[in-house]
Amino acid sequence: MDAGIVSYGAYVPRYRITPAEIGRVWGSDGTSVGQGLNVERKSVPAPDEDTITISTEALRTALLRGGIDPQQIGAIYVGSESHPYAVKPTATVVAQAVGATPNLTAADFEFACKAGTAAIQTCLGLVGAGMIRYGVAIGTDTSQGAPGDALEYSASAGGAAFVVGRERVICRVHGTRSYTTDTPDFWRREGQKYPSHSGRFTGEPAYFRHVTECARGMMEISGLEPKDYRHVVFHQPNGKFPQRVGRQLGFSEAQMRYGLVTPRIGNTYSGAALLGLANVLDHAGAGERILVVGYGSGAGSDAFDLETTDALPGFDRNHGRAVQWYLDHGVEIPYAVYAKFRGKIHLAGS
Amino acid sequence: MRDVAVLGVGQTKFGELWDRSFREIGIEAGLQALVDAKLSSEDLGGLFLGNMASGALIEQEHIAPLILDYAGLAGRHLPAVRIEGGGASGGLALHQGFLAVASGLYDYVVVGGAEKLTDVADATAAQILSSTADHEWEVVFGATLPALWGLVARRHMHLHGTTREQLARVPVQAHEMGAKNPNAHFRNRITVEQVLHAAPVAEPLGLFDCAPLSDGAAAVVLGPLETARKHTDTPVRIRASEVACDAMALQHRRETTIGEATVAAAQAAFRRARRDPKDVRLAEISDGTSIGALIALEDLGFAERGRAGPEFADGAFALGGRVTVNPSGGLKAQGCPFGAVGVAQVVELVRQLRGEAKERQAPATELALAHDLGGTGATAVVHLLERAG
Amino acid sequence: MSIARFWRETPRRYNLGGSKCLTCGTVAFPPRVVCPTCTHHRQSIGKMAPFQLSGEGEVESFTIVHDPAEGFEMQVPYVLALVRTPEGPRLTGQIVDVEPESVAIGLKVHATFRKLREEGKAGVIHYGYKFAPTGEDEPPPPRAPAVAARAEGAVRDRAEA
Repeated sequence: MDAGIVSYGAYVPRYRITPAEIGRVWGSDGTSVGQGLNVERKSVPAPDEDTITISTEALRTALLRGGIDPQQIGAIYVGSESHPYAVKPTATVVAQAVGATPNLTAADFEFACKAGTAAIQTCLGLVGAGMIRYGVAIGTDTSQGAPGDALEYSASAGGAAFVVGRERVICRVHGTRSYTTDTPDFWRREGQKYPSHSGRFTGEPAYFRHVTECARGMMEISGLEPKDYRHVVFHQPNGKFPQRVGRQLGFSEAQMRYGLVTPRIGNTYSGAALLGLANVLDHAGAGERILVVGYGSGAGSDAFDLETTDALPGFDRNHGRAVQWYLDHGVEIPYAVYAKFRGKIHLAGS
Repeated sequence: MRDVAVLGVGQTKFGELWDRSFREIGIEAGLQALVDAKLSSEDLGGLFLGNMASGALIEQEHIAPLILDYAGLAGRHLPAVRIEGGGASGGLALHQGFLAVASGLYDYVVVGGAEKLTDVADATAAQILSSTADHEWEVVFGATLPALWGLVARRHMHLHGTTREQLARVPVQAHEMGAKNPNAHFRNRITVEQVLHAAPVAEPLGLFDCAPLSDGAAAVVLGPLETARKHTDTPVRIRASEVACDAMALQHRRETTIGEATVAAAQAAFRRARRDPKDVRLAEISDGTSIGALIALEDLGFAERGRAGPEFADGAFALGGRVTVNPSGGLKAQGCPFGAVGVAQVVELVRQLRGEAKERQAPATELALAHDLGGTGATAVVHLLERAG
Repeated sequence: MSIARFWRETPRRYNLGGSKCLTCGTVAFPPRVVCPTCTHHRQSIGKMAPFQLSGEGEVESFTIVHDPAEGFEMQVPYVLALVRTPEGPRLTGQIVDVEPESVAIGLKVHATFRKLREEGKAGVIHYGYKFAPTGEDEPPPPRAPAVAARAEGAVRDRAEA
């Protein structure tokens, strides 16, 4: 495949809350809930941040790093399950805010947590077909779990933007494949503020089956085995699932090291696998093979067989913040501030 | 151009006038002024009415004929004009009235200023007042009038070492004078401690650094100086009436802590009157915020640049000080019905020059200055008044 | 605020597009049709070219707002600042991602893209610039250099024309 990743950028909001603090409010042992999920803390967006602002910051970083003229972007797709508008695209605001309008196509994607990887596939197709010069795929979420629900311990905010093109490719795409079924493990009906999920049904028949099948299918096509990959990135709704699926597939802790970011920032949904990939690229040298397997409830998996190029070491990563910076930094807030930031407090007249 | 004099003055109580409508307060002040000027309505040539935001505040535009109508003068078919310039609306109306009489086109006019702020919720009123700043490039980004003055205050403290305590002396003195003014919104005395511990509004400014939301109206009758003695024993001559403007947004001004519009209007006024700031011992200035008062004192030439804070704290601007400033209590204590302020300042100065200010009477003087400001300083109006011999 | 009224300013509010006077070189934000500083200001009419601000700046003054502007109620207390840009113009904007007590005059900041306010729960959402501190140990903040380069090129082109 000619088309590959030519630049990328990440953004995670500044605030963090710990499972212990969440558990304190609901009378649960949050610390042990967090340990069970392998989530130390999760990111929280400021009250003036949403999927549009996070996507814009991530893409601005990507354009700066890649030295890409925004007017050369032919498509922007933003994958998210927390688009600020039910009707009115996130992608148009992002396009305007990075100076890419008006000669491009743009749309919002939704496929639970894999809308971002779906956007990458779409861009690969458009760029590969020669229809556009650069395609932008963004995965961002500012997800909310219902107060007191298990999801509240992990649902967080963040995103990453990937620019797909054919020139100065820093990460080649050898192939991609998907695995899709109708599996209702997690959903949010129109007009509902918080999502619903089917409890433990989200595990084996949903996440594990799709990720495993998709990963195996990808390796079958590539003719590679787990040991041939330097890095592996799985969708990471918590810190435990990707570790378990990785072990099941035969990957080591070392291969999963950079691709696993959820323990430090929580589950960024559409941003999760992409932030894992961004972190891998932040640390990788040339010629390193990477397997990425996203997952979205409902359900489906997208896998990518990637390899970094000689252009990566010279790539200007010195703009914006590395994913590691977001993993290391953050300001912890108490639950009351979290509730205020997340709009769980209603003002008079609102 | 002929000389113009203030022949009569009138003013309502300032404050939360829950039981009184806009039109009621408007006509009360105007009729008082006509009575004070011993002027028959047959001799009246027109009305100039300063008002900032009647449309937003009471959903009524076209208010000049309304006031004339309720003053019983609709049948006279007099010209009536509303004038708007944010917080400087009253001062601007006075300027227009002055021009009308000075030109010879009008002989006697009423200049009124009126505002009704309490018919909307406080937050709504505050938002309407913020529209005197630049809505597109300040307010949209989270600015309010006190917030913009907070920016000025912080910068003044940074550049000149002005202290929080010095700022606090401004409202303390205002309340001291307000306690002596039966028309004042606030007649209670406050302490520096109270100011320092008041709820923060836009740090470093707190609740007591900011003028209140008041209802009120004020009016004066202007006429030619040559016939003034027919109406009053103590005519007050308008020696200068000057208006100057500046960039709308604070961010677009050359200096954060200098009100160049005030400087320009004051210099023009002193030039026209062939006087000097040192000749002035009495002034009513715009103290919508404590920092606004200090900046105005520097802009007007009453204090050296950066020195207004310590000099204010030393009492230089107290009753009987180097310049008696805001004997009425100012915007802070007498009250701040926006469009009425500029006219009320002149009402107070006329009463002072006549020696009618009782408890709050400043030492006898011939010359007085009124300073009215719109927004954060995009419009400034300066009047110099002189007791006519 | 009406939708059209906010919308028509989005190039400025999203991307800091200003203007530059080809007569005296003064940069203005928002863009002007007449130069506010030219001595013979009429000469500048028709000679104001688009100019892209970098988004970098320094806090010249700031206030911590407790009594908010309409639509900013959930953000109280927030920091509002006058930010001096290296290109010249000063901008009024919030400082975010900072503890209010750690803001100081001279703080280095850069523009970020944030939600300004919502027109109620059912109305449109307004976005625009705010500022965040630029840490000394951090890489340069994200901005759009290509846009800036193009805008500067446009100024040059017109100047040479």
